[in-house]
Amino acid sequence: MSDSTLTEHTMSFGQFLKKNVRSYSMFIMLALIFIVFAVLTGGINFSPRNISNLFMQNSYVLILASGMVLVIIIGNIDLSVGSVCAFTGAIAAMIYNTGLGLVPTVILTMMVGAVIGSWQGFWIAFMRVPSFIVTLSGMLLFRGLTYVITNVTPISLRDEGFRQITSGFVSVKALTIGGTHYLSWLVGIIIAILFVFSAHVTRRNRIKKGFSIEPMLAFLLRNAFVVALIAVLSWKFAEFRGLPIVGIVLGIVVSILTFVTNRTVFGRYVYAVGGNARSAKLSGINAELVEFFVFVVIGSLAGLAGLVFAGYMNSALPQAGNLFELDAIASVFIGGASMSGGIGTVIGAIIGGLVMGVINNGMSLMNIGADWQYVVKALVLLLAVFYDIYTRRKAGLA
Amino acid sequence: MSNDYILEVQNITKDFPGVRALDDVSFSVKRGEIHGICGENGAGKSTLMSVVSGVHPHGSFEGTVQVHGKNAQFKSVRDSEKVGLAIIHQELALSPYLSIYENMFLGHIKPRFGIINWDELVKRSGPFLKRVGLFDPPETVVSKMGVGKQQLVEIARALSKNTELLILDEPTASLNDDESEALLKLISELRNEGLTCVLISHKLDEVLSVADRITVLRDGESIRTYDTKTETVTKADLIKDMVGREMNALFPEKTPKIGDVVFEVKDWTVYHPEYHDMKVVDNASFNVRKGEIVGFCGPMGAGRTELMMSLFGRSYGSRSEGQAYLHGDEITFSSPHDAISKGLGYLSEDRKSLGLILIQDVKSNITNSSLPKLSKWGVVDSHREVHAAEEYRQKLNIKTPSIDQLVRNLSGGNQQKVVVSRSLLAEPEIFIVDEPTRGIDVGAKYEIYTILNQLAAEGKSIIMITSELPEAIGIADRIYVMNEGEIKGVLNRDEATQEGIMHMALN
Repeated sequence: MSDSTLTEHTMSFGQFLKKNVRSYSMFIMLALIFIVFAVLTGGINFSPRNISNLFMQNSYVLILASGMVLVIIIGNIDLSVGSVCAFTGAIAAMIYNTGLGLVPTVILTMMVGAVIGSWQGFWIAFMRVPSFIVTLSGMLLFRGLTYVITNVTPISLRDEGFRQITSGFVSVKALTIGGTHYLSWLVGIIIAILFVFSAHVTRRNRIKKGFSIEPMLAFLLRNAFVVALIAVLSWKFAEFRGLPIVGIVLGIVVSILTFVTNRTVFGRYVYAVGGNARSAKLSGINAELVEFFVFVVIGSLAGLAGLVFAGYMNSALPQAGNLFELDAIASVFIGGASMSGGIGTVIGAIIGGLVMGVINNGMSLMNIGADWQYVVKALVLLLAVFYDIYTRRKAGLA
Repeated sequence: MSNDYILEVQNITKDFPGVRALDDVSFSVKRGEIHGICGENGAGKSTLMSVVSGVHPHGSFEGTVQVHGKNAQFKSVRDSEKVGLAIIHQELALSPYLSIYENMFLGHIKPRFGIINWDELVKRSGPFLKRVGLFDPPETVVSKMGVGKQQLVEIARALSKNTELLILDEPTASLNDDESEALLKLISELRNEGLTCVLISHKLDEVLSVADRITVLRDGESIRTYDTKTETVTKADLIKDMVGREMNALFPEKTPKIGDVVFEVKDWTVYHPEYHDMKVVDNASFNVRKGEIVGFCGPMGAGRTELMMSLFGRSYGSRSEGQAYLHGDEITFSSPHDAISKGLGYLSEDRKSLGLILIQDVKSNITNSSLPKLSKWGVVDSHREVHAAEEYRQKLNIKTPSIDQLVRNLSGGNQQKVVVSRSLLAEPEIFIVDEPTRGIDVGAKYEIYTILNQLAAEGKSIIMITSELPEAIGIADRIYVMNEGEIKGVLNRDEATQEGIMHMALN
């Protein structure tokens, strides 16, 4: 055992907090904003209905943001996702209206999205056209194609089944007693147990192998925080109509992408290419292929988001998805990603998206119009990113 | 005027998160001398110069800096420039797409009514360029010039700012012998004309040849200052002070066990990436045997790096022609990935922009090339990864608080060991190392040589590009000499001398 790992073992809680304050500041910011609006709205934003609404209203942006973060980590940008959402929303409606079920529709739509992603990825990764240009072109191209296939008229859906993906809830009758949907408690408890258990196992293994670990207090607090968060969500969902389906979809997307970015070779390549593309290439990483696949991922997620949005509107609108790309990009940067690439996390992007969502939602509850919402969002984006850059510079990471 | 100090540094202490870079350092520079600063990597040389020049602003360190006998409290580099200090960093700070004269006056152009008189600037740049011996037209874009000439532009730039104290951080690190000699001669001449110079260098011969006084740093402390006029100083003295021990041999002993030809290249021609008809490497043929270290020498721009990079998965040039044989079978490397999987390893000469990912930690930098090996079903096994990184940290003696440390916070020699670790983890059969000891200190150099010898002893083949001839003679079994894109000849270890190599290159 070397001295260096020993010092990490004995790092005090205070030092640990100081070192990691940046990673927690996003959560703190989100909580503060939420509390401010809870006070301003007299607690309405904390009601079970509103919590469920919050997820539905922001689901598509959150899905986009969790893919956009990969694009930004590799130092690119995707301006086309809004238009792609409109296009895939229309495609989804058309597929669904042929009588195929919801699940095949989801799969086919995401495949269409993946094809769109391959098209853009091909130009960016292999033909070396800057992503800004390719996706700017994509933004126009897919808006145009949406108008072509929809004749600039909304496509209505054949039945109520489609909108379930966004506005539906999962609830089991046997577990619903006196208006409380205990299924969401059950799911919440299972997830919480799994989380704590896996965190514990990881920690034990690290100790066994002599790797550095966080202090016990930090470990406990972190777990307590996550468990409390799961408990609050379970409670709120149980008191309303059960587990929102879109919440489950979002949960799956975020879990998969978090796993991919943290644990897989592909995820590590994404960070390596973003950190220094030339060095990554000389290290034997096929940077072009990594870039290409990142665009396939964002394409298929844009497909999913388009479908979810169509479900939210209960019809496929030709104008759908307007400015989604900017919301997604803003979420990623509020969530701590770096403009120069190599830095960013999926969870960060989700928190960033929620920050904007909570502000929108809170201001709507206060009857403040879209005009002022834009102004406030603009300032939040600017200040959040400034804060991030400022703390990074102080920590000597800039 | 023997006590006329232009710069006095007293009791400087500077801390970085987790590291004390400078510990109570004091030294002073007399007006009109060349003051050499020696020390191993991480001894604090560059940090000290950053303190002196205001890169680290006043208040971020303890101790005092006096310039011209007055307390200096620089808030930025601009403040230090105002009192006549100029620093030329290891990494040149020129704007690559601007011309020589634009770079020279950048930041201190005096426009008239907001309008720049470019013709005037071209004219003004003339004498300075002539002074430093750079005869390219001032309109030349600097990125089209070699590093040696870029260095001269930096010096001309410093001169044009009425610099009185010029600090050069490893100025000869990327220069060949001729260029180095010319540069040192220039510095001596400028000294005789009244300029004061601080010269930071790993090359002790150079420091000994030009410096009037020499200060040695070790582990962030100033060990002692020699006056070369009043006392005799030898390389051994300096090395002893730098490493805190006597070092008898600069190159480790070895007994080569050389086998059959493993890798052979025939008639390899490489074309320039932008000028598609221009041959950068012309009909190069060479071979490497099992367990052999083959050196590639020659002046800058001889085409050595270009030859190797083009072999390493077409990483350089618009196209290439020729054949490569591995174990007698013809082979092609379509990409660096392909080359690595077929047993090639390449260590770049430019470790910051082509080698490392500075914003990532030591661990990722070591394992990035070998992730597929350390994973199952595309999922990285973090325990195996940590073990692999930890193993190489200990094996190569990488000095870092932990493998979670960002590589940017490591010293040059340790960064180099990280890149070497990455290549070694991928288990290359033929390891191409391009200037493996550039910009690193004697102790770390010795360690790198030992690693290379060990690899050769294990039956690996090593191709080493180097601009330091003693290094080539010290550890290579055979030396290919290149110039102007051609291989001029090959020398065995016992017949190689510095003069012999230079002769071969220039004939």
